[in-house]
Amino acid sequence: MATTVNRRPLTFWERLYLPAFVGGFKVTFRHAWNTLFRGKAVTMEYPEQKWTLPTGYRGAPYLVKDQDNNTKCVSCQLCEFVCPPKAIRITPPGDSGQKADRTNAEKMPQEFEINMLRCIFCGFCQEVCPEEAIFLQQDYSLTALSRGELIYNKEKLLSLGGEVGGIQKWKHKLEEAKAQENFPVKF
Amino acid sequence: MDWNFIIFSLVKIAVVFGVLLTVVAYSVLAERKIAAWIQDRPGPNRCAPPFMKYLPILGPFLTRLGVFQPLADGVKALLKEDFMPAGVRKFYFWLAPAISMVPALLVVAVIPFGSQLGSQKMVIADLNVGILYTFGIVSLGVYGIVLAGYAANSKYPFLGGIRSSAQMISYEIAMGMSVIPVLLIAGNLNLTGIVNWQSAHGWLVLYAPVSFVIFLVSAFAETNRTPFDLAEAEQELAGGYNVEYSSMKFALFFMAEYSNMVASSGMMVTLFFGGWTLPFGGLDQPAATLLGGVLHILVFLAKMLVFMVFFIWVRWMFPRFRYDQLMDLGWRRFLPLALVNILITALVLWLRS
Repeated sequence: MATTVNRRPLTFWERLYLPAFVGGFKVTFRHAWNTLFRGKAVTMEYPEQKWTLPTGYRGAPYLVKDQDNNTKCVSCQLCEFVCPPKAIRITPPGDSGQKADRTNAEKMPQEFEINMLRCIFCGFCQEVCPEEAIFLQQDYSLTALSRGELIYNKEKLLSLGGEVGGIQKWKHKLEEAKAQENFPVKF
Repeated sequence: MDWNFIIFSLVKIAVVFGVLLTVVAYSVLAERKIAAWIQDRPGPNRCAPPFMKYLPILGPFLTRLGVFQPLADGVKALLKEDFMPAGVRKFYFWLAPAISMVPALLVVAVIPFGSQLGSQKMVIADLNVGILYTFGIVSLGVYGIVLAGYAANSKYPFLGGIRSSAQMISYEIAMGMSVIPVLLIAGNLNLTGIVNWQSAHGWLVLYAPVSFVIFLVSAFAETNRTPFDLAEAEQELAGGYNVEYSSMKFALFFMAEYSNMVASSGMMVTLFFGGWTLPFGGLDQPAATLLGGVLHILVFLAKMLVFMVFFIWVRWMFPRFRYDQLMDLGWRRFLPLALVNILITALVLWLRS
């Protein structure tokens, strides 16, 4: 049911516009004063001030290293496969290529490129990675003077990614293998 | 012909023109800054020429104040593409910005902006029909807007032009009527004469406050400022009469609006607030020394700037009037009020004589 709003007719004083005028001056003056002299401006002046990003923010994807400074990526190319805009390009070592730099590690990517202009920051690569080698991190403002500069290679991705520890499958396997050598247990 | 007169007039014209355009440029900055402060923002504070960063304290301060923004805006206006839509009526399209800019500049000619500098009177044209001249020229301003609306051959500018023609013509009547008591009291049409009368008897706003209120509100309507900016209502008309204009032609409309503000501020100061006079410090008599002359000019400019700030402030305070409310206010409130005001003033003057 429709409600009737009871509107009181304006008094003569109100119809002169003067009370509204004075009220407007007060409000605007208060705002101007607070902005000017009490630093209450709501604007965040961007390059100098920045947001505090929430945890789980999906910024640019970077490769990470483990606690022993090893490249975690094993060049399985799952991220390349799952990437919706096809921003990731991995060059695997191939049969005759460079082997992993440590025993029992799987192969390593010869080259790993992410085109940040194509990347849509969806996080599928992070989700699909079996080695926890790629993470979406907190960078959002990627700038460059040319398109080429925004294709990040392995070196750059690793240096930007930093270190994220975790299980080290190759080390685990190494220990397993050593345990195998001592089997059966001699008394 | 008196060569002295011609040379001094040309110098005065050049100086006044330069000062006017500077005031216009910086009132745009003031508009943006005051708007920002009222809306809890810092306003333009980034623009600076490259060498400014080597100035230790002054440089950052001026940059944060946005002092260089008008320069950048001017350069931008000059360098932008001057786009002309296909369907416009070319001649009028070119003519309209000039027609709205020129009257705004011409009005300033009769306003006495100082007493004397040496032997020169600080007014470009000391007409003895100063006020009539002002009203005549100001009423030309509406042609610029109407022509712009017509020439653009597009719906929104057309509506803007129609609105402003009715609005400006209506308020011109109220404005003209509101000045008549001033003329009755001062007994002079010459603006210099009116200022002299005020220096002898006190400011006219004390004698004719109703006239001042009507004149003030009408000035808002005449210059198409909020709350009466129906001709360029962004929300309704996507910008109004100047939608199809770009680059320097648009900048001319913009400058015309602010020049009109400067001119009407000058008129209000001259008619109601004693022009270049101040009632203390011996500043109410025409200056004998150069320093006094300069002081008078500064007093006039200061008074004018107060009104400019008022114009700007009100814009960020009031919502726009509806069209019928605007017409109602103009015809059914201000016109009768102005007529009664004339009558009462005349009666009082008649009884006292």
